[in-house]
Amino acid sequence: MNAPDPLQQKKTSAWEMYRSIVGIGAFCALLIVSVYQGTAARIADNKARFLNNAIAGVLPAVRSTVEVSLDANGALVAAAEPANLPAFLGYGEDGELVGAVITAQAMGYADNVTVLYSYSFDLKAIVGFMVLETKETPGLGDKVETEPHFLANFEALDARLNEDGTALANAIVTVKQGEKTEPWQVDGITGATITSEAIGVILNQGSGYWLPALERDAREFQPPQSSEE
Amino acid sequence: MALKPISPTDEFIKGLWRDNPVFIQMLGLCPALAVSNTAINALAMGAATTFVLLMAGLSVSLLRNFIPREARIVSYICIIATFVTCVDYAIMAISIELHRALGAFIALIVVNCLILGRSEAFASKHNPGRALLDALGMGVGFTGALFFIGAMREVLGSGTLFGLGLFPDGFQTWTVMVLPSGGFFAMAIWLLVVNWIRQREADAEKQAESRAGEAAS
Repeated sequence: MNAPDPLQQKKTSAWEMYRSIVGIGAFCALLIVSVYQGTAARIADNKARFLNNAIAGVLPAVRSTVEVSLDANGALVAAAEPANLPAFLGYGEDGELVGAVITAQAMGYADNVTVLYSYSFDLKAIVGFMVLETKETPGLGDKVETEPHFLANFEALDARLNEDGTALANAIVTVKQGEKTEPWQVDGITGATITSEAIGVILNQGSGYWLPALERDAREFQPPQSSEE
Repeated sequence: MALKPISPTDEFIKGLWRDNPVFIQMLGLCPALAVSNTAINALAMGAATTFVLLMAGLSVSLLRNFIPREARIVSYICIIATFVTCVDYAIMAISIELHRALGAFIALIVVNCLILGRSEAFASKHNPGRALLDALGMGVGFTGALFFIGAMREVLGSGTLFGLGLFPDGFQTWTVMVLPSGGFFAMAIWLLVVNWIRQREADAEKQAESRAGEAAS
């Protein structure tokens, strides 16, 4: 008549539940912390190597760098700790200032696009460019990393400041593919319109933020005493 | 009638073809479609998933008498998430570039139903040896399926395989194949091929049985 439900026959005690869940939680926590501790140094090395390679890629003459930041008054100071979007002064073989390397970020089509680019104090232009992080559509948006005509924009993209040295003389903008007429315009990519426009926005914002301080203060910095290598 | 015991070799082999997780069980399709735009991404995701399958299978099997039935799902997810986190760190330690290529999908291995499914359906009911063989077979089967999808998409969508150019300069790539929709196209083509082969096998088996029946009568 009232046959017991087979699933109700063996009840798990509270102790058994606590024991298994807390025990597994402790085991998992121990494992994660151990692997984290074991790989942290290697991951930091890899990230540093990746960033160094990227810096060397956009500014080949660089031999050492100093990370900089802006203080509350907008003055250039040596960075106290690594920033999420750092900027660097790059020094050559003989300790001469060869340029600045800036990371900047803005929204693309799918997610934020983060780029690294170099600025030449002599040419007053952006002379190197690399996408650090993107989740744009493979085959379309990610053409900003590979399309030769697009990358040619950054051989010498005009980024000079106005006479006061307080802002860019001409806003960097992306124009439709084939319609570039000015040296501060970025020739866009048909089929990657949103992403290529985002690159123009990133360069404009990043340069507007960093270049006035870099142009004003960068030469006061001394190169690092020993090479990073 | 007692069921015929499955040999350890069969335990491994079933995941490769008969119970292939992607083409037959249709499990773990999110990463199978999302990360398979190149062959190397497919292999890397397959290797990461295989490692998590192995470790989760081993852990669940070892702890099967310790985990109460009521707490099994939360326990399995906790174990799987732990090994996925370890894989995430390990890939970053091996190569930042590879980690960038796989993006968010490493973390999403946690919710790959293949791993939870094998933990629940197999590892929790078998000894560690069998659980490892099952996980290895399923992992290799998953990796192979991802590779076939990834290779097809890379060859047609980019004209390359493992980054090496396969066609002359004039080749017009099918960009759609590297887009998300290309994953569905490649998946559908492989499912047609796999089901066609299985149908042929089933037909041949039926014919052999009917011949044997006729010969016996």
